[in-house]
Amino acid sequence: MLEVVRPGLATTVQDLGRPGYYHVGIPISGAMDRLAARAANLLVGNPEDAALLESPFMGPELRFADARTVAVTGAEIAPKVNGEPRPLWTSFRVGKSDLLSFDFLKKGARIYIAISGGIDVPVVLGSRSTYALGALGGFHGRKLEAGDLLPLGAGAGASEGRTVPEHLRRMPEMPAKLRVLPGLYWHRLTEEAKQSFFEDTWKVAPEADRIGYRFRGGRPLTFVPREQPFGAGSDPSNIVDAAYPYGSIQVPGGTEPIALHRDAVSGGGYMMLGTVISADMDLIGQLQPHTPTRFVPCDMAEALRARAERRKLLDAIRAHLAA
Amino acid sequence: MARTESRYSFGGDEHLFVEIDEEMSLEAFFKSLSVCTAIKEAGIRGVSEICPANASFQIKFDPDVIAPADIEAEVRRIEARAQASHRIATRILEVPAFFRDPWTTETLMRFRDRHQDPNATDIEFAARINGYPSVEAFLAAFTGSPWFVSMVGFVAGLPFLYQMVERKRQIQVPKYLRPRTDTPALTIGFGGCFGCIYSVRGAGGYQMFGITPMPIYDPQQKISYLQDFMCLFRPGDILVWKPIDREGYDAIKADVEAGRFVPKMAEVTFDLDAFERDVDGTNRKLLEALHA
Repeated sequence: MLEVVRPGLATTVQDLGRPGYYHVGIPISGAMDRLAARAANLLVGNPEDAALLESPFMGPELRFADARTVAVTGAEIAPKVNGEPRPLWTSFRVGKSDLLSFDFLKKGARIYIAISGGIDVPVVLGSRSTYALGALGGFHGRKLEAGDLLPLGAGAGASEGRTVPEHLRRMPEMPAKLRVLPGLYWHRLTEEAKQSFFEDTWKVAPEADRIGYRFRGGRPLTFVPREQPFGAGSDPSNIVDAAYPYGSIQVPGGTEPIALHRDAVSGGGYMMLGTVISADMDLIGQLQPHTPTRFVPCDMAEALRARAERRKLLDAIRAHLAA
Repeated sequence: MARTESRYSFGGDEHLFVEIDEEMSLEAFFKSLSVCTAIKEAGIRGVSEICPANASFQIKFDPDVIAPADIEAEVRRIEARAQASHRIATRILEVPAFFRDPWTTETLMRFRDRHQDPNATDIEFAARINGYPSVEAFLAAFTGSPWFVSMVGFVAGLPFLYQMVERKRQIQVPKYLRPRTDTPALTIGFGGCFGCIYSVRGAGGYQMFGITPMPIYDPQQKISYLQDFMCLFRPGDILVWKPIDREGYDAIKADVEAGRFVPKMAEVTFDLDAFERDVDGTNRKLLEALHA
């Protein structure tokens, strides 16, 4: 059992997600930074898809009812046990009645707190992930609150001091660079807008959560004039409501691009200009509001190369921790 | 006139997006639905999601299992082979609707600064711009024909509804100028040419006309008719509105809470060609099947 003393801002239970129900509007959910989540689980000796905690911008305070192995990965928010600092990306032991708390955020946006045995909330539609908008999965379908008692699974837990070396961790550059495959309704943009979207430096807006990340500060995007198709709606950024890919970037009214993430709305009536490639989705989860961000055009061959590289990084983490 | 060739595009390295047509039509929707069914039956390796939408569809795939070019080729082959079926076996469901209810009215009044016409309610605005002399006449048209569930999504279990009448009779209303940050759960909304039922409380940009007491999404699966699956609607369902008043609303809500409420529902076959030959006659037969 794990007692939530303070919940943080929006701490949720997540695993690697709930595929298969997007056609009825239930998104995949799961950790926004999957590489960090997998690494945290491996550090404590859990399966990579065990349920853990995701905390944006600020850590929670947690009290343990029994001895466990813990690892914290992702953003730089240093963990403490009974006030004593512990390293990030490294397994450590906690004892019965110990209090896990956190320092302030230094870098990145989300930490992943893995606990040996995993968070043992019920599996709903194949996953323990929280989809808060639909009040589904996780702990009662919502973010954690003070006083919540989380069930933990059984698991011996790996030993203390296992670590993922720095060269195997991945965090966004400054300014952040997100590779985008243009497509979907890209042809709706004017030549000028196609250029300015990739030329401008955007900033993460305060509206940045598990559903999507909004960006501000670039020049407004203009659309090729047309008579709007029947059913699309009158704004030139409108389309007949369609399915939205994860990572797709929509631009309502041409002003503020929104990149959809793991709790995406599954469809709607705004044109999408392209999609953040799968290899860079994790990076979005580590962006704080106001982070300057550049979108970088990329083709399918490069997207697949980047995906293979990310896979290699994960294999290297696995090999390092198996050794 | 429906377009003959679909447009293929990739949504990053994990999604294939296929636009059957730029504009909405029942023909495009039927094609999307039948191609999606054929893709599902084909059991293509690496596919994790098949999402039919109004006039398009989307496939999510694992490019480590199937190369993007290969899945495009497979889907193109399936699309070429798939008979755009004009007949589907489906369900017709009755949805009780309390129009101009106190809850959506209170909400729409809070967001007048985001609306095209701050001096009218959403339904008054919709009636006026569609040329109806009164809200009553507008509601008679709104509830006078069945609606197709042409897509499920945005959020969990939310049905997009397409009015089953000739295009010249179809209601069209723009979305809010800026989306609201709040919409009551089970609000009956409308935007573009689509109706919807908001399955959960949250943000929204569709005009608000009323509310239903009948839950359509239940993640706890405690509602008797949502115990098999937590979402009521599937693409291809046909919906009929049943106008109710406050008394009717309260009665159904009490029945739902007591586990007594069962949605009125019937199995039907819908034939698009017959519908296009005789819209009102086909709709009448659908209603007869519901009330049989």
